[in-house]
Amino acid sequence: MIGNVIKYERDNIDTDVIIPGTYLKIHDYNELATHAMEGLDPEFPSKVKDGDFIVAGKNFGCGSSREHAPIALSTCGIKAVIAISFARIFYRNSVDGAFLLPIEVDDETYRKIANSDQLEINIEKNEIKNITKNETYAMKPFSEIIAKIIAAGGLFKYKK
Amino acid sequence: MNITEKILARASDKNTVSPDDIIFAKVDKVMVHDVSGPGVLKVFDKLQKQGIDTSKLYDPTKVWIAEDHFVPSAEKISAENIVKLSNFSKKYGIKKHFKYGLGQYGICHTLSHEEALVNPGDLYVGGDSHTNTTGALGAFACGLGHTDIAYVLLNGEIWFKVPETYYFKLNGKLPPHVMAKDFILQIIGDIGNDGAAYNTMQFGGTGIDEMSVESRLTLANMTTEAGAKNGIIESDEKTVEYLNERGATNVSQFHGDADADYSKIFEYEASELEPTVAKPFSPDNISVARELSSIELDKSYIGSCTGAKYEDLLAAAKILKGRQVKIRTEVLPAAISIYRKALKNGLIEIFLDAGATVGPPTCGACCGAHMGVLAKDEICVSTTNRNFPGRMGHVESQTYLASPQVAAASAVTGKITDPRDLN
Repeated sequence: MIGNVIKYERDNIDTDVIIPGTYLKIHDYNELATHAMEGLDPEFPSKVKDGDFIVAGKNFGCGSSREHAPIALSTCGIKAVIAISFARIFYRNSVDGAFLLPIEVDDETYRKIANSDQLEINIEKNEIKNITKNETYAMKPFSEIIAKIIAAGGLFKYKK
Repeated sequence: MNITEKILARASDKNTVSPDDIIFAKVDKVMVHDVSGPGVLKVFDKLQKQGIDTSKLYDPTKVWIAEDHFVPSAEKISAENIVKLSNFSKKYGIKKHFKYGLGQYGICHTLSHEEALVNPGDLYVGGDSHTNTTGALGAFACGLGHTDIAYVLLNGEIWFKVPETYYFKLNGKLPPHVMAKDFILQIIGDIGNDGAAYNTMQFGGTGIDEMSVESRLTLANMTTEAGAKNGIIESDEKTVEYLNERGATNVSQFHGDADADYSKIFEYEASELEPTVAKPFSPDNISVARELSSIELDKSYIGSCTGAKYEDLLAAAKILKGRQVKIRTEVLPAAISIYRKALKNGLIEIFLDAGATVGPPTCGACCGAHMGVLAKDEICVSTTNRNFPGRMGHVESQTYLASPQVAAASAVTGKITDPRDLN
């Protein structure tokens, strides 16, 4: 999986900035995508390209259980969020709904990856290759059940 | 095993479970509201296209529906979502649907206790992050997203990683003017907004024994703000009495083992706690209220599942009685049953006499959706649970989270005010 990085150098990117509460009434995925990251970066929907990755600090997705958050990001084309850590509901929503990959990395890797870097994520090898910088980083392996749900394509397909 | 482990073991038909075990647990109760319900229906649409049968729920008697986030409907999308919910309950035979404008209704978490919908020992999931609230009744209560709730509704079970448990022990009774809200803000300030991520926060000790059930609900409610999977408090006679008063029958208690393990223990002395406020833009950004006495406010908001239970309204009314508010002040009881009790006992009149406005139960302003959102640069003191950028309105508005007493005292002075300092 190859994509370019949109980096936000901050911790605690919460669900209220990913998709503000006023849009929770909306369930049309395309419309939600037009408001993705509105509380932090209103330009996000116009600059994101299909296949891009978000890189951020710790506790990404904290706050609400709104599945609108991974839906809005994935409908914009985000295939993975690479962060130091994730809040639990955002993490399981991303995986169980098969919206995007939540990938955990250490602080050093987070610092090394820069905005616009091109990365290749290899979840079989637990590896992230930085094509722009010609560096390779380790990602934290998914736990067994998470790996299985991702491989199946979401919770319903995993339990079918 | 501690109480969370025991509930998860029972629900997954195992003799024992330990932290990090992956289990599929049977679910006793499920809640959806007017945001997660239409979200679940969207998931059902996708499943139907994949040939998955969505024609029946695993047990409609275990499901209830709340209309809370976007009522009263401010525009047509919200109105249509309410219609979708009605069609949903009709199609699947869900009897417990608490409709706006039709008798008892209110915020989903408030209904869970006001209507005695959850019992000690239950495994309860809801399509809302503050589902943790109901753990104060001695249940495992956990918030999930739309896909997971859809899975539960169809299959009656869901996966969990068994959490580690952090035990928060409170010694002694809270001093006058210090509320459960102050205690939980202090904890979140101490451990950080991911300080209990993926784990359980359990509360106990003499201070918890002394507390009313409603105060305990405030504690469990805000465990979400430390990233916890669930908050839990062992039931006692007060819990049983509380549920019985609200129409429950056959309530039995469910307890953890006396020799249970906890991965961390935190101890607090009630006498050392003070009125505490979380500054923008995170619930862990705390300060004692007195240090913020220069902060000028535009609004005081007394509402939400966190801060508009009867006890919260009573605490605010005691301060507002015979006084006048200086800033826009909105009081929204969290359920009709609370509204009625507040009316009967003269609280609503006290609020109106003080110059405040009283509104219907809704999550509206708490989540920045409608019914009193903040303008750019406006500053609000609020009894709610979150103060992220834009949470209650404009992304450049600010929310200070506080107890109902601090919110009421601040309404009187127009600045953040420790209730002990009111003349």
